[in-house]
Amino acid sequence: MLKIIHVTVNGREREIAVDERESLLDTLRNRLDLSSVKKGCEVGECGACTVLVDGEAIDSCIYLAMWADGKSVMTVEGLKSREGDLSPIQKAFIEEAAVQCGFCTPGIIMSAVEIVGTGKRYTREELRKLISGHLCRCTGYEKILDAVARSVEEHLRGAAD
Amino acid sequence: MEVGQGKVRVDAYAKVCGEAKYTADLEPKNILHGKVLHSEIANGLVKSMDISEAEKVPGVVKVLTCFDVPDCQFPTAGHPWSVEEKHQDICDRRLLNRRVRFYGDDIACVIAEDEVAAQQALRKIKVEYEEYPAIPTVEQAMAEGATPLHPDLRKDNVIVHSHMTMGKADFSFEKALEEAKKEYGEEELVYVEEELDTPRISHCHIELPVSWAYVDNNGKVTVTCSTQIPAIVKLYTAMALGIPTGKVRIIKPYIGGGFGNKQDVLYEPLNAFMSMQVGGRPVRLEISREETIISTRTRHKITGYVRGLAKRDGTILARSLDAYANNGAYASHGHAICANCCTVFKDLYRDRMGTEADGWTVYTSSPTAGAMRAYGIPQSIWFTECLVDDLAKKLGMDPYELRMKNCMEEGFRDPGNGITFRSYGLKQCMEKGAELFHWTEKREKYGHESGMKRRGVGMAIFCYKTGVHPISLETASARMVLNQDGSAQLIMGATEIGQGADTVFTQMAADTSGLRFDEIYIVSTQDTDVTPFDTGAYASRQTYVSGMACKKVAEEFRSRILDYAAYMLNNSVEDISKTIYAKEVSRAEEKLRSQLSLSPKEKILPEMLEIVDSRVVLKEGGEALFPLSILADTAFYSLDRAVHITAEVSNQCKDNTFSSGVCFAEVEVDLPLGLVKILDLVELHDSGIIINRKTAEGQVHGGIAQSIGYALSEDLLVDEKTGRVLNDNLLDFKIPTAMDVPDMRIDFVELEDPTGPYGNKSLGEPPTIAAAPAIRNAVLQATGIGMKVAPMTSQRLIEAFQEGGLL
Repeated sequence: MLKIIHVTVNGREREIAVDERESLLDTLRNRLDLSSVKKGCEVGECGACTVLVDGEAIDSCIYLAMWADGKSVMTVEGLKSREGDLSPIQKAFIEEAAVQCGFCTPGIIMSAVEIVGTGKRYTREELRKLISGHLCRCTGYEKILDAVARSVEEHLRGAAD
Repeated sequence: MEVGQGKVRVDAYAKVCGEAKYTADLEPKNILHGKVLHSEIANGLVKSMDISEAEKVPGVVKVLTCFDVPDCQFPTAGHPWSVEEKHQDICDRRLLNRRVRFYGDDIACVIAEDEVAAQQALRKIKVEYEEYPAIPTVEQAMAEGATPLHPDLRKDNVIVHSHMTMGKADFSFEKALEEAKKEYGEEELVYVEEELDTPRISHCHIELPVSWAYVDNNGKVTVTCSTQIPAIVKLYTAMALGIPTGKVRIIKPYIGGGFGNKQDVLYEPLNAFMSMQVGGRPVRLEISREETIISTRTRHKITGYVRGLAKRDGTILARSLDAYANNGAYASHGHAICANCCTVFKDLYRDRMGTEADGWTVYTSSPTAGAMRAYGIPQSIWFTECLVDDLAKKLGMDPYELRMKNCMEEGFRDPGNGITFRSYGLKQCMEKGAELFHWTEKREKYGHESGMKRRGVGMAIFCYKTGVHPISLETASARMVLNQDGSAQLIMGATEIGQGADTVFTQMAADTSGLRFDEIYIVSTQDTDVTPFDTGAYASRQTYVSGMACKKVAEEFRSRILDYAAYMLNNSVEDISKTIYAKEVSRAEEKLRSQLSLSPKEKILPEMLEIVDSRVVLKEGGEALFPLSILADTAFYSLDRAVHITAEVSNQCKDNTFSSGVCFAEVEVDLPLGLVKILDLVELHDSGIIINRKTAEGQVHGGIAQSIGYALSEDLLVDEKTGRVLNDNLLDFKIPTAMDVPDMRIDFVELEDPTGPYGNKSLGEPPTIAAAPAIRNAVLQATGIGMKVAPMTSQRLIEAFQEGGLL
């Protein structure tokens, strides 16, 4: 039986019919065509399906769509400006060469949005811990950390200006 | 020059926007869902199956069992097919297997309207087995009386046993030992003999090996899939289905990593079969993480018995290796990986008397081992580098000095396959790396560690081939197609799998054709109906082998453009004057004639011209004549001479070369916790000219991280009694997280390789090789304990420290 939920997805209010057993991952991919949300394990181990729910990064594969009722969900599709400009975090990932196969990228970018959003400065060790819920088999995390660290710094500098 | 620049990846924008499409992102709506039933015994026979209850589940469209599949056996290895029988891969698999050979074998499948129905139906299939004892280890499978898993192909479970030597053909370690004793006296010799072991590893690409298939209205079964090798998948899918190859079409979009697992034909043939069984309707087959770990492929667990003999002055006289590779239930790549392990074992050091290597590849009732990044060499180098450090310890010699004295030399040529070290940077890597790492100072500093936390440094060297010639075919093709604005598409048969192939091919094509980097649009998707033939991404071959095809096509394309440019300049009055480009072209002609002092009657030749930055320029002096946009528009639409300028080439590569390098690691070992912390890691690569520094660094970082996992945490466990995998998920099978990988210091020794299209040689796989033994050797210096088994988990370390009297 389908149930109706109301969710703000990437800034747009949506009324969606979902199966009660359905994960938010499946809803976003199959019902809303938000294919940036990737499926890598379906049990919350790899982090590829990370999205923000009310600003908090969660694994959408182990988060029921029903729980998102009345909440706000953000995916990578929601990061570009209305004019199509990339967000500073996306630019940092490109310029620091933090992308290889790209499958973990949208999820890590969403965690980076959360990290940057705290407005705090972190050591590299702290950043390692903060992104440790994301598995990446391509990069050894080196350039991903560079990109996240740069995003944090740029944001703090921007806020100070 | 575009080659050598740290260009931004051509696919980075699409990937950070989540707009890059992977297999599952391209599925049509209302697709049917497929699921596979896996055996719950490790060895035996499916006697019967009752699917009546499963068929009753609402939403189930079809249930197919091992009794329904075509009577065709097919190979799965991502090797080029061979028209020579002895080079063909072993055909030992069916779409679904009645003869069950490991816990997790594919025995039936369900097609349903939705995933839940498919899953429910799976549970309702009743299977009756005849069960035989599980034989998941090499010892069990080689034991007297063990059930042969493939009696139609092999009388016992040994797929191949090979014997190779360096030095005399009849070289034997035993004889060398006797001779050395006579010649130098026993007290002048140092001897090490040990058993070393390596882990079975799951590739853990983050994208699962998904696919979806339908029968197109031209009658072709079309499979979109996450593969490294679309052309091979096409051939073997046809073979598995018993249909002509032209009836199969494979489409490969972006893929979320492969690391060799997708260098095998996995579930694509079964997916095609499922669609054909439901009237060609689209069917998706999503293989879960657990299924991926158990039922696709793994890295081989190879056990090595090694011996080494050296003189007191550190001259290595002889070494031997007996390598036993657990190949699991199906042949997949067969003996190729163990043979590669043996070859490099004998190549890396100059044994003055000789080297002997025996390899056994053995069927066992456990998950099938296949290709994984660096193809047997992480095992080989674990053997060589543990052995050499253990020899160094016994000799009381600096491991760096011992390696310098004995490692393979400039100009090395493997007498067995003829592969030659064409540009030699191994010793330079060692020198540069040691300096960067402060090897000598650190080695001295950590000479006498004590206490519960001890530090040490270690190193490891390696060599690696570039592609598979002459063991197998090396061929590649490419196409360039001009657009009306003077830009072009580049279409490669070679595949982007995350490593950055599309970007470096674009750089190469820009470099050689003279078109601007951002005006060459590479087509990332391979579609076997339209893409020229290439065997795919493996063996660190593409930048080298496919790079040759890329260079050749760009030369051809450039020369066709210049022919047309010469035509325009020679016909500026007759033909071009009628066009909107009359002025530009006649001005260009004047400029050229005056610069070269050509009379109006003399012909302008293509050789006088060049393309730079998407402009036709004078070769001498480089003066700009006109942009390619004018040329392209004219070539497309001229009423006098219209031609669509394209080029397509295929190129067989009959060359190979070695790359090499070194890793240095500094560790702190916490004895009571059995924890190894990596304090510093330096790795140098001799991979010829680096095409793109940024993407190359990314390859090295990622490879090192995999080697760290191999060293410390990754171990796919198989129960010896049941043959069941014990840690089939990413929680229990531990690949490194960001907290487990240190900052890495890496560099390249860039020597131009004379055989590489741009002076380049292999780089994709080599970074996965050396960190693990370097870490092991650092633990050796820190604690005096030489670990024999990877991964060096806390449990194993503590046991070894207890045995060594440290705890």
